[in-house]
Amino acid sequence: MDLHFGDSKPTDKEKAAVDALLGPPESSWEGADRSDADLRWARGGRAARERRDLLLPGLHAINDRVGWISEGALDYLCRRLTVPPAEAYGVATFYAMFSVKPRPATVLQVCTDLACAAAGAAELCAGVEARLGLGSGVRVERSPCLGLCERAPAALVVRAGGSAPDGDVDTASPTRPVRQGPRPFDPPRGSAPDPVSGADPRPPAPQTPGGLTFPGPGLDDRPGQAPPARPAFADEAVQADEGGLGAQPPGLGDGKGRRGRIPSRVTAVVAPATVDTTVVTATLPEMAAAEPPAAMAVPQAGAPSLILLRRVGVVDPASLDDYRAHGGYTALRHAFALGPAGVIREVTDSGLVGRGGAAFPTGRKWQATASQPDHPHYLVCNADESEPGTFKDRVVMEGDPYALVEAMTIAAYATGAHQGYLYLRGEYPRALRRMEHAISQARARGLLGDDILGQGYAFDIEIRRGAGAYICGEETALFNSIEGYRGEPRSKPPFPVEKGLFGKPTVENNVETLVNVLPILTLGAPAYATIGTGRSTGPKLFCVSGSVDRPGIYELPFGATLGELLELAGVRGRLRAVLLGGAAGGFVRPDELDIPLTFEGTREAGTTLGSGVVMAFDDTVPLPRLLLRIAEFFRDESCGQCVPCRVGTVRQEEALHRIVERTGAAAAEDITLLREVGRAMRDASICGLGQTAWNAVESAIDRLGAYE
Amino acid sequence: MTVIPLGVPRRLLEFTIDGDEARVPEGSTILDACRAAGKDIPTLCQGDTLTPKNACRVCVVEVEGARTLVPACSRKAEPGMEVRTDTERARHSRKVVLELLASSVDLSTTPRVAEWLKEYEAKPDRFGPDAARLNEQPKIDNDLYVRDYDKCILCYKCVDACGDQWQNTFAISVTGRGFDARIAVEHDAPLTDSACVYCGNCIEVCPTGALSFKSEFDMRAAGTWDESAQTETTTVCAYCGVGCNLTLHVQDNEIVKVTSPHDNPVTHGNLCIKGRFGYQHVQNRD
Repeated sequence: MDLHFGDSKPTDKEKAAVDALLGPPESSWEGADRSDADLRWARGGRAARERRDLLLPGLHAINDRVGWISEGALDYLCRRLTVPPAEAYGVATFYAMFSVKPRPATVLQVCTDLACAAAGAAELCAGVEARLGLGSGVRVERSPCLGLCERAPAALVVRAGGSAPDGDVDTASPTRPVRQGPRPFDPPRGSAPDPVSGADPRPPAPQTPGGLTFPGPGLDDRPGQAPPARPAFADEAVQADEGGLGAQPPGLGDGKGRRGRIPSRVTAVVAPATVDTTVVTATLPEMAAAEPPAAMAVPQAGAPSLILLRRVGVVDPASLDDYRAHGGYTALRHAFALGPAGVIREVTDSGLVGRGGAAFPTGRKWQATASQPDHPHYLVCNADESEPGTFKDRVVMEGDPYALVEAMTIAAYATGAHQGYLYLRGEYPRALRRMEHAISQARARGLLGDDILGQGYAFDIEIRRGAGAYICGEETALFNSIEGYRGEPRSKPPFPVEKGLFGKPTVENNVETLVNVLPILTLGAPAYATIGTGRSTGPKLFCVSGSVDRPGIYELPFGATLGELLELAGVRGRLRAVLLGGAAGGFVRPDELDIPLTFEGTREAGTTLGSGVVMAFDDTVPLPRLLLRIAEFFRDESCGQCVPCRVGTVRQEEALHRIVERTGAAAAEDITLLREVGRAMRDASICGLGQTAWNAVESAIDRLGAYE
Repeated sequence: MTVIPLGVPRRLLEFTIDGDEARVPEGSTILDACRAAGKDIPTLCQGDTLTPKNACRVCVVEVEGARTLVPACSRKAEPGMEVRTDTERARHSRKVVLELLASSVDLSTTPRVAEWLKEYEAKPDRFGPDAARLNEQPKIDNDLYVRDYDKCILCYKCVDACGDQWQNTFAISVTGRGFDARIAVEHDAPLTDSACVYCGNCIEVCPTGALSFKSEFDMRAAGTWDESAQTETTTVCAYCGVGCNLTLHVQDNEIVKVTSPHDNPVTHGNLCIKGRFGYQHVQNRD
């Protein structure tokens, strides 16, 4: 490997961002000034290349600090990690959250996906764009589902460089600040904003859904320091440092060269969003109103029947002691008493199957991984839910983060893994913050680390932040993403239990699946297996959104009917269609509400439970537009590796465009085309994305008669 | 004489292809077995010197018990497997994949594709005149070779040949995502600003002519490229002592391009810049 790094140099800020993650360079081989010793010493080989998996955190570090990834910054990162720049460029251009072209430090992502589209995202976009024109210093981007469907329409503001008051605005040309001309909201004050004292003409704090106004914390608030007058469990509105800094792998944890806690970015979530609140938040994300507590997304919060969600809204998500007071860590003690084989037996006997959509028996997966002779074994928690309409993992992580830490520890213990990765969606700032806090607290208290609960078992969790790619929820694409490659799926076989992350046996489960392990161990497998139906055991989380009065996460035992669930959520208006299982799922008619919500029941009804999405649409929602949005989503999110998906998604979107205003015979030819392309995509695509991309549209044509 | 390495003896495993018994050495792919049995399965991204990426999906076959079709080029044959190569389902996928490709890129210089389009009754036109195409302009930024990505099917062969499978230069990669994915060097720069060492091994493996010698590109543009009028002569490179084999393609007494035999046990079709492009001295008459 003879790498060529070009002549571009990083700016001081870019270099600092990378060095904050990796520590200062040690020799000129990795970017330091040349010393005499460098002339007699060569660095390279496997050891130098072994850190490739830090490429994605490195790209995040640059993007968080500067807002985009310049040639110099990318080349410097490549030199530090011994990664070919062409490959790193391929990785940087793969993710939606990164830009390799200059852009303003503030990016506003307005969700335009299904729930938000039905709640008026188009008008929101138009209104915000009209107010935040050129010169506002804010780049408005249309975004796929942000996972805030219960509070649609939603928007996310990300400001790079934190709130450093040194005129820290990067632009295309360094000499000319982008922020010129009048801002849509321009408070009359000096260049260095001081919202704590000098913010007299402050914008009115946006209203939260509960009608309360929370004062935004000042700039000098740091995580861990409670904002004044903070309501119970409500969040700080804005988080400063949540970049890769807090989530160091144990091997890197020497703190060398890391710069205190300089905020690398500021994020703020606006949901439900109006044009006013969005514009205010986009221009002053530091002053954003607090997000409502996670329990707001759980209409049943506090109900005694809950099992998976019983602590959400009850426990303080920041407090390990509170978690233990509410039954936390009893499952892990049970696990240690049972031993790894005993845990796998319990999980197998419970009948737990994966909740991500594929419904593979969890016990079998664990057994297969545990019995692999190759070592080390890895545990990966897939928290990259990016399926439009899905937000359950976010709510669990925000409302009960220690439960996931405990469940991952149990899974690792059972399968013989000593290192776990939590691959967390990049668009979930609060979940990231809560999980970081929970992991660091657990580590400090001996619940992660070398000797968990004095049992001599070592396990630690590293968080990896995704960067905006739905495909990275596919298990093998996720491995590639962690390893520092493009998030393209691998062909199977070999399966992850045999060759997964870093080519080693890996067990991968999503958040909901793992959290189910806790009641299995506390209740015992037989008691757990009595919940639900014979073949779909246990409780199930459903993400209900769309035209309902009480959108949110619902927990029901398997076997409840679709109608019962919708009754809980309160259907609004005349129901036209229900999307089951998300964009990769299928539509059902309003007269099919007696479908039992089980894997076998939905299969018999010719549809799928998928990841548990239930999206209701009343008759005001234009169906063809909705289908077009689904097609657009898959075209956007296809990784492009295989032909059926890369070109097929484009041809399908084109056909749906042609027939958006047509029905009957006028649409027949294009529908035939859609069917033929869809069939080939289902049969011949490499991964689940291409194989399921046509499901929802097909079901809308067949079950709803969308174009008749 | 070409020396073909025999390798270690391998056990034979038995399975069926289209109902007929097949016996292949352990580790063979379904495609190896099909070719040994005389079945003609179309392939585009498969290459004889590379690990296939199975990205093009034209070689899909039906395997009993599998939910989806499987790519013959990379799925290993297993004992007892029942493979069917010519079912309606497999033919349908191949047809649609060929249509999708032919409607989005220029396949005019891809060997055999016209024949397959006919065989599978593919009609790339049916996606309408507005169907999105790559519409890329040829990138001509050096005197040795041209990158015409309007012909690129993203088979990843050039990436693999440039990367860890052969050259270890890592000058090219896939960038972007979905339909916007393209092959590019770092920062999308001209080739001359990249890590490229001009070995031309990417041209050697390109299945569509998206990468070609500048000489071939110019002659095609001028309408003077005529493969039927060319002779091929395999000789030994004179530049150094390794002894790489060169195949000189000669038209009208001029070398128009240089390839290398893939079955050569030393080079497997790979060359360096001198062997691949340094032929002007042969025909310099001054």
